[in-house]
Amino acid sequence: MAKSYVSATINGESSEFLCETQQTLLDVLRDVVGLTGSKEGCASGDCGACSVIMDGRLVCSCLVLGVEAEGTSITTIEGIATGEKLHPVQQKFLEHAALQCGFCTPGLIVATKALLDENPNPTETEARYWLAGNLCRCTGYDKVIRAVMDAAAELRGETVG
Amino acid sequence: MNYIDSSLKVVGTRPIRPDGVDKVTGRAVFAADTRASGMLWGKMLRSPHAHARIVSIDTTKAEALKGVFGVVTAADFPDIPSEEAFVGEGPMNFRDLALNCMARTKVLYEGHALAAVAASTQAIADEALALIDVKYEILPHVIDVEAAMAPNAPILHDDMFTSGVDPKPTKPSNIAKVVTFRKGDVEAGFKDADVIVEGTYTTQPVHQAYIEPHACLATYSPDGQVQIHSSSQGHFMVRAYTAKLLGMNMSNIRVNPAEIGGGFGGKTLVYLEPIAVALSKKSGRTVKMQMTREDVFKASGPTSGAWMEVKIGAKKDGTIVAAKQVLKYQAGAFAGSPIGPGCMCGFAMYDLPNVDVVGYDVVSNRPKVAAYRAPGAPITSFAVESLMDELAIKLGIDALTLREKNAAKNGTKTHYGPTHQNIGFTAVLAAVKSHPHWKSPVKPGQGRGLATGFWFNIGGESTAQVHVNEDGSVTAATGSPDIGGSRASIGMMVAEVLGVPATSVRTIVADTASIGFTHVTGGSRVTFATGMAATQAAEKIVEDLKKRAAQTWDIPVEAVEWKDGKAYPAGSNAGAFEPLDLATLALKAARTGGPLIAEVSINAQGAGPGFGAHICDVTVDKETGHVTIERYTAVQDVGKAIHPSYVEGQIQGGAAQGIGWALNEEYIYNAKGQMENAGFLDYRVPVASDVPMIEAVLVEVPNPRHPFGARGVGEVPIVPPMAAIANAIRSATGLRMPDLPMSPPKVRAAFDAQA
Ligand code: FES
Ligand code: FES
Repeated sequence: MAKSYVSATINGESSEFLCETQQTLLDVLRDVVGLTGSKEGCASGDCGACSVIMDGRLVCSCLVLGVEAEGTSITTIEGIATGEKLHPVQQKFLEHAALQCGFCTPGLIVATKALLDENPNPTETEARYWLAGNLCRCTGYDKVIRAVMDAAAELRGETVG
Repeated sequence: MNYIDSSLKVVGTRPIRPDGVDKVTGRAVFAADTRASGMLWGKMLRSPHAHARIVSIDTTKAEALKGVFGVVTAADFPDIPSEEAFVGEGPMNFRDLALNCMARTKVLYEGHALAAVAASTQAIADEALALIDVKYEILPHVIDVEAAMAPNAPILHDDMFTSGVDPKPTKPSNIAKVVTFRKGDVEAGFKDADVIVEGTYTTQPVHQAYIEPHACLATYSPDGQVQIHSSSQGHFMVRAYTAKLLGMNMSNIRVNPAEIGGGFGGKTLVYLEPIAVALSKKSGRTVKMQMTREDVFKASGPTSGAWMEVKIGAKKDGTIVAAKQVLKYQAGAFAGSPIGPGCMCGFAMYDLPNVDVVGYDVVSNRPKVAAYRAPGAPITSFAVESLMDELAIKLGIDALTLREKNAAKNGTKTHYGPTHQNIGFTAVLAAVKSHPHWKSPVKPGQGRGLATGFWFNIGGESTAQVHVNEDGSVTAATGSPDIGGSRASIGMMVAEVLGVPATSVRTIVADTASIGFTHVTGGSRVTFATGMAATQAAEKIVEDLKKRAAQTWDIPVEAVEWKDGKAYPAGSNAGAFEPLDLATLALKAARTGGPLIAEVSINAQGAGPGFGAHICDVTVDKETGHVTIERYTAVQDVGKAIHPSYVEGQIQGGAAQGIGWALNEEYIYNAKGQMENAGFLDYRVPVASDVPMIEAVLVEVPNPRHPFGARGVGEVPIVPPMAAIANAIRSATGLRMPDLPMSPPKVRAAFDAQA
């Protein structure tokens, strides 16, 4: 079958790729574009390990077709830091030890960024419900939620002790 | 050397882990992230039937498909004899493992692999699988443990005769073995009891549900050399199993440990690697394989489900005089449930005069079980700790007091043999007693439960290297895959010994050709055993550095002391010299004897057992049967927390897994023996909104057998939650829930029955 030509902005750079019609955005990112930071944990939209931000919306890239990326702007985990400088969400995940194996971490960080873009001052409950689509089997979420709340405070410019 | 009473500068602090930045930026390379030029995709054909004879497999059409470069079946693997294997975690037989990776004459569960293809794209591989023509003769199947033990049950293995019974049976059975543990005279004990409580309990198989599916990349070269990249809890384990299953020489196989996306015991055996190597050999190309989530549920090991009966007899004052248990653990399609530890762990928290435990290891048409965090212990403890709660209620004694009264102490002889030494169980109970959670009144409408747990922890073989680089920076290498921050803890122990900051030590996981044998990451052994090896390697480096300083100054080595990363003359008699730091000594290394390197391989003994106690408050919705965890506190003796954040993380993560086990997780089968919930939507692990903050309370009773006093910490926290929650539900509602999971329909039904 003929492949489709797709052009999209990925992490701020214009990018072009060919993909098969049935290929998911996750497969395209990982196997065609070569960005393997987004992970496949289920391929069915249930684990959030593949989370990316597409035109400002948090999506599971395993549920989006590669061809649907045409003309969109996509942020993956590789686009969260600015050059050498980690995003506060990344820094807080490190400081709070909010990861063990780290497999869920790219998805959780992307989802947290999307949360804080939309709601800079979430309650703990709001954060827990927003992140309910991102499974983490290692941490029990305690340190993840602490990292999220701390990152939110820092992004709001509050200094937390 | 022992640092337990020393003042420590690095150990006990919370530095950022060495692999952290890679993991928050998406750079960390997990097994499925590796590629190779000319790579093919390998995929497995899996049985749709729970139990069937393989009449024939015709692969000709699949082989003829354009883009297919190889097809393998059991005929491509040596038919190896039965032989016990000790490379993974828990009992394992090489022949069973081979048959589990690739069925030969029968398929024993839905999802059992029986052929594999390698093709240029995933789509072609899928197409090829559909072209493989298998003729099955469907056999009657059996799913549940008690049904599998019934006299007329369908038999899985014609050559399985129950071991551990006398006389040796003449008919095959699904009961692989019977184990018994006895102490004292249990019947006399029950005669002596004022109060006797009894109960029957069941648990369901639950999956480790690591978020990363199994994956590997394998290359077979024409000279017989094999390279494997895979995600596992032990690359030496992968090497040993792959060599055995393919009849290869171990030195021809090099396994590179990828980052591992969770294991919890489930990655201590192989499923894909030998198949990927066989496909690579056949195709002459590198082959990548990865499981789907459905494959992970259907074909990789969950832990056992069980049927259990417990009886406890006590005096009026709460002193337990007799305890008895019958455990039937489901092993999946091949022998090897964690029945041994199950029999040992249930009563290990208590000092009991008379104990009788009988356990059965039972096969049925389900995936072969694999280790899952404290294998066997959470199951047996759910039963024992639920019944302890009933005993407390019956005696009118507080749940904590009953445990204090019977708690195992140093010198308590266990019913399975060893005598407890240097244990911290009473310290854990004391910490519960003084904790604000325990002291606070139970809120109106809520219930509170308490339960305890035990795990042995293990030591074993580990290798570590410490290199002082030419500029004085330090690299530590070990053979232990890092599943939860062990690179951080190992680097910290090395830094402490060398007297340098944690950030000066870079810890890596070395491949099978680059470091000595190291047993799997499991049983909570890495910080203990590999940490011990790394500490000893660092001590060797210090001795070497002192020698070189002595040589430089031309004084005896006894006159040199090592402090804060520098060599000093020891006292004024030694002479007046400027201290020599690591960088200076490293720079001079060529002139003082060559590279500064030490390697230590040990078989570590003396892993101190761990004890925990969990307090849980719940509310139960009468209308829906939904249980909400309102507050959760997990107290545990951790020996010494090397990196407290990762110790807390282990405890919080283990408790959350226990919450899932208690409330939601189970394998659901249809009448054909097919799993109906093989995905994260229907097999529901806890999500962030299901759990509260989990307070981890670290009690530190040092383990004298470890240089810093560490004990394993990863297993204990999954042991108490199921009973803690069941006991909390009992306290909130008066309902005793003896069957897991305590899911809304079951709780609702219990309310209906109560009314
Ligand atoms: S891989 Fe997309 S949600 Fe799990
Ligand atoms: S850190 Fe392992 S799944 Fe979240």
